[in-house]
Order: sequence, then C-alpha cells, then structure tokens
Amino acid sequence: MSQLIHLEQVVAGWQQPATGPVDLSLEAGEVLGLTGPNGVGKSTVLAAMTGRARVFSGRIEQRPGLRLALQTQDVPPVDGLPLSGRELLALTGAGAAGLPPWLAGRIDDRLDRLSGGQRHYLALWAILQAPADLVLLDEPTNNLDAAGVGHLTAHLRERAAAGAGMIVVSHDAAFVEAVCDRIIVLGARDVE
Amino acid sequence: MWNELFLLPFLTGLGLAVLLPLLGCYLRLRDEWLAALAYSHVAAAGALLALVAGLAPVIGGLAAAGLAGVTKRFFAHRLAGGASYAMLLLGGWSVAVLIAANQPLAERLGHALFDGQLYFAGSEQLAQVCAAVVVGLSFLRLLSGRLLLAHVYPDFFRIRGLRAWPIESGFDVLAALLLALATMNMGVMGAFSLVFIPPWLAFRRARNWRNGLWLALLIGVVAYLAAFLAALGLDQPFGPILALLLISLGLVIA
Repeated sequence: MSQLIHLEQVVAGWQQPATGPVDLSLEAGEVLGLTGPNGVGKSTVLAAMTGRARVFSGRIEQRPGLRLALQTQDVPPVDGLPLSGRELLALTGAGAAGLPPWLAGRIDDRLDRLSGGQRHYLALWAILQAPADLVLLDEPTNNLDAAGVGHLTAHLRERAAAGAGMIVVSHDAAFVEAVCDRIIVLGARDVE
Repeated sequence: MWNELFLLPFLTGLGLAVLLPLLGCYLRLRDEWLAALAYSHVAAAGALLALVAGLAPVIGGLAAAGLAGVTKRFFAHRLAGGASYAMLLLGGWSVAVLIAANQPLAERLGHALFDGQLYFAGSEQLAQVCAAVVVGLSFLRLLSGRLLLAHVYPDFFRIRGLRAWPIESGFDVLAALLLALATMNMGVMGAFSLVFIPPWLAFRRARNWRNGLWLALLIGVVAYLAAFLAALGLDQPFGPILALLLISLGLVIA
C-alpha cells in the first residue's frame, strides 16, 4: 500500500487554532474514522487537508498528484435550480451505476423535488464517485435513514477495496465501527 | 417589416432575444440577476459620456460596463449581498440622467436608451450583435460546467485546483459587455426584461438545466417576436411593449 497523506503535529484553525496537535497517516485502500466531541476540530482537520483552513504549526504531506474529493456538511444550494440528479453527477464526473434502487429511479428528477434524504445521498454520491484517490467525508450519515446508512457502508467498503483512501468524520459510532479500518478519537486539544 | 428599415432592427433584436435569456440563466444561477440592471445603467451612462466627448456611444457603453465588470470583484467583499450592483445601478442612472438633462446633444440618445427604441439599429449594430451572439454563446458553453460546479460544490471546485477567479471574472466581463450591447440596441428595461423574466419562468418549470436553457430561449424569442410586431403595429416604443408582454406571460405561467 502507498501512503496518500501524512499529518505531523498539525494544529489547524481559522482566525485562531481550533485543534490540538494531530498526527495521522492514511494508506491507499484504507478507511480512517475521525471522531470526538463537538468543537474538537474534526471538520477543521479535513479543511486543513484541503487547504481551506489555516495550518498554524506542524506539516501536511500529500502524495504528489493526489486527487482529493471533499464532502462537507453544507447542503448544495439547489432550491429553485432546475438541476437533475444526473446533471449533478456529471458535474463531478461521477457515474450513476451502483446507486440504491430507491434513488436510481429518480436520477432524472430535479434535485429540489427530491426528499431531504434523497437529495443528501445524491449530493454525497456525486463526491464519493468522483474520480479521486482520497475522499474526505464530513458527517455523511446526516439525513440518511437505515437503508441509506446500510448502502453507504457497503459502498464505502467497495470504494476502499478498489484502492481509494477515505477519512470519515462522524458522530455515528455504529457506522464508524462498521466502515472504518482504524479510528482516531480527537479530544480537547490532543489526539488519542 | 420586410422593408430593410425594419429587417435590420428585427434581426438585431432577434440575436439579443437568443443571447439574453441564456445569459440570464447563468446570472440567476449565481443569484446575480440584479447585475443585468446595473450593467445596463452603467452602459447607458458610458454611452452618453462618450457622445458628449465626441466618441461613438457604443464604445463608451461597452467601456463603462466592461470596467464595471472587471472592477466588481475588487469590491465584492466590502459590498456583499448585491450591494455592488445596487451602487452601480444608482450611479449609472444618476450620471445618465444628469448628462441627458444638461447636454442637449445627449438628450435624444438618453430618451432612446431609457425608452427602449430598437428601430435605430442598422447594419453596424447587426454586425456587432452577430459577433456577440457567436462569442457569447461560445463562452457560455465553455464556462457552463464550471459555473455550475462552482455554485453547487465550491469546495470540490477549489481542491481540484480549478481557479474560481478567472471563471467568475470572465463571466462578469462577458455579462457586462453583452448587456451593454443589448442596452445600446433595445434600451435598459428591454434588455433587463429579456435577462430576467424568461430564466425566472424557465427555472420554475424546467425538468433539468438543459431543458431550462431551451425553455428560457423559447420564451425570450416568442415574446420578442410578439413584441416586435405589436410595437410596430401600434407605433409604440419597443422596450415597454416587450416588458409588458413578458410580464403578462410571466403572470400567466406563474
């Protein structure tokens, strides 16, 4: 396996530091869970990996040419926009093959006419299936029912088996336990 | 209408009726529909300033709107929430009205720009609009996917190494220049009605983005054809007739 990303004593934040020093590394084909209480800076760590948050100290090394994909907790602003699910997937280069049956039949509907859960899963799928070596997911089970979480769990394992690395931030302990190879629990200003 | 006197204005307006609804779809996507009104007013002020300075109005209109499009991003952080467009709109309107009120030379053009008279367009204007249609549609096709991706997934867009500013600034300048040209030919409100109402209706009714573009185009062209014939037949200024037709269409569909 080859290393995709390595964080060494990284302290990240926005105007000021929001995390303790974080050490982690991820290999291709591995799924890493990042958990911990609210406010500990889990999303900020993901943002630092993508260059959006400021790194106050430490260093981040990425494999040269690494292709990243990031799913955030922000909902894509599609209300009032005539954009279909198929068009959304095409924007990120994602395919529709493998979508759960309860969503595959609605792929040509406008996103703003889907339920919140259906819309969330399609928005997540567009990132998950985008051509990427490392996929960063921030609370991917939000708004999903049991069927959605089950399908997502199975699909993440398939994606990892195909060689993608993944870092999953989640409060859903059962989901993290089911999908991740390793789990790092961030505490207040430290890392376990 | 088949007389050359009317054929050239008709074809000039038809080109704009194709271009403006499509441009309006992307302005609406970015929640920047107010930009249309702002750029049109700035273009009107620039045209009048150029006329007073002894230059061709179209040069002044394009230059002023283009400058507004280029510099807008530098003030975007300080003037968020559409404030930059409101400032441009008010500034453009004030300058245009003051010039028209104080310069007899500019008064007639000022009336034409705000009344929306399409019938002054000649072969020179038609050539400009034809070039704008070709260039504008090519650029919109080129930018379409990236404008959509930047709107729906701004973080994904950025981490893929795609720079937002050349696309956003390129679109701003394109929108400003196309709206300036439209304002020169069909007036401030004629241009605005074609940019605003067809996309507004299409976004409500369309099944998907592609369908929305076609629907906006269809509404724009049909309304234009009806307005041209009605204005000609009733001997009325074109801009208000077009706006009233589009409003009526909008109320019926909405």
